[in-house]
Amino acid sequence: MRTAGDLVARMQLTRGMRLKPAKAYVAEKLGVAVGDLSDPIVMHDVRAELGLGRIAVQELTYPDHPGAMEAKFRIAELLDVPINCVARFRERAGLPAT
Amino acid sequence: MEAKIRTRMGDGWAAEMTASEIKADLEDGTQAAAKRAKLPVLGDDELGHLLDIFSSRSRFTGVDVGDEVVLSCDGSGNADIGDRVAEMFLSERHHGADMVELWHIDYSYKAIKTIVTYEAQFMKNVQMAVTVPCNYGAMPDLGRYSQPDGPIANWSELMPQGRIEEARAAQVAAIDPLVADIVHVAEAMHQAGADGMDFDTAGAAGDADFLATLTAIRRIRDKYPDMGAAMGMAGELTLGMHGQLEFEGTRLAGLWPREQMKVAEKAGVTIFGPAVHVNTTRSVAWNVARAITLVKPCCDEATIPIHMNVGMGVGAVPMTPYPPVDAVSRASRALVDILRLDGL
Repeated sequence: MRTAGDLVARMQLTRGMRLKPAKAYVAEKLGVAVGDLSDPIVMHDVRAELGLGRIAVQELTYPDHPGAMEAKFRIAELLDVPINCVARFRERAGLPAT
Repeated sequence: MEAKIRTRMGDGWAAEMTASEIKADLEDGTQAAAKRAKLPVLGDDELGHLLDIFSSRSRFTGVDVGDEVVLSCDGSGNADIGDRVAEMFLSERHHGADMVELWHIDYSYKAIKTIVTYEAQFMKNVQMAVTVPCNYGAMPDLGRYSQPDGPIANWSELMPQGRIEEARAAQVAAIDPLVADIVHVAEAMHQAGADGMDFDTAGAAGDADFLATLTAIRRIRDKYPDMGAAMGMAGELTLGMHGQLEFEGTRLAGLWPREQMKVAEKAGVTIFGPAVHVNTTRSVAWNVARAITLVKPCCDEATIPIHMNVGMGVGAVPMTPYPPVDAVSRASRALVDILRLDGL
């Protein structure tokens, strides 16, 4: 989560994408270069802007930013990938289907 | 006189070898694998790169910038935090895991089936707390269905008695209950919000164990096409405990990593993890060369991600509960650099 590993991992796990196409796909969706995906300095800002969740570090906390389930809603939409817990949450919270 | 380089053996103990000795071990490792599995040996450039890695005096090494791979962690955490949700949270945030796995200490689908409602609740709790994908994992563990742990005759006892047909029948009889238990757990985990399932040490009890796992994965993926299915093998060669079982026309006994991967792809596996056992009496360099030779055809032909099993006793990492980071980093880097893995 310091970079984009979890996002690339989702494309591998759910879509069976190999590493290179998975990185290219995620980079395109995030609007960054492939090389930026593993740069924690770049990804810190990108994850903040897109609401993809960040790691709190002592006094650097983000209680008013998307995290965990909230971030996964954003990730599912941005990457256009189904996330099971998001679908279950939406269904059980009575939220409208997308 | 050649200088000695500090390196490690497959049991984790430090050793001193010259560059020439390391080079000889690399060559011997690849030749041993090539002979055993009837595969090509590694090329001079590949062996040269491995020699560079193992001749380094650095405490730690890593892949080049831009070559980073995904880190998936079966059995995430260390079961010593006292809170399973916190274990997953820590793995995500402090251990750098890109994908985590919720698991129970009785790591067997037969056992999990009896406590699945509790495990499903934990999965739901974890999904509320983490951002990275979280699978549920356990071992297929076909042996649990044999006596005295299960109802079916123990084929490991029947075989030495020469009762081969009975042993085969027993293994076949154990397949359906294992498949049913795996699917039952997967259904519960899907309802709980799991991103996927992991099947650890598939094939540990031989070809019947492997067949049950593949069959279960096919059923799960047919029912839940968006649910991930990660499968880690038990070893580099599927043991023919039965010897005649097939999955969709492919005999499972005697399969090496490339062929294991192909049946896994057919079954619907989305992440495949080949495993190569460590020889504890040989150097880590020897083990790396052997592992790469065995897995290279798998990586070259895979259409799904390959997350090689690289940990205690597999993937050239020393067989010790506390693998030294100098060995782990060298093995990891070597495997990623040469095999172009999709993850570890």
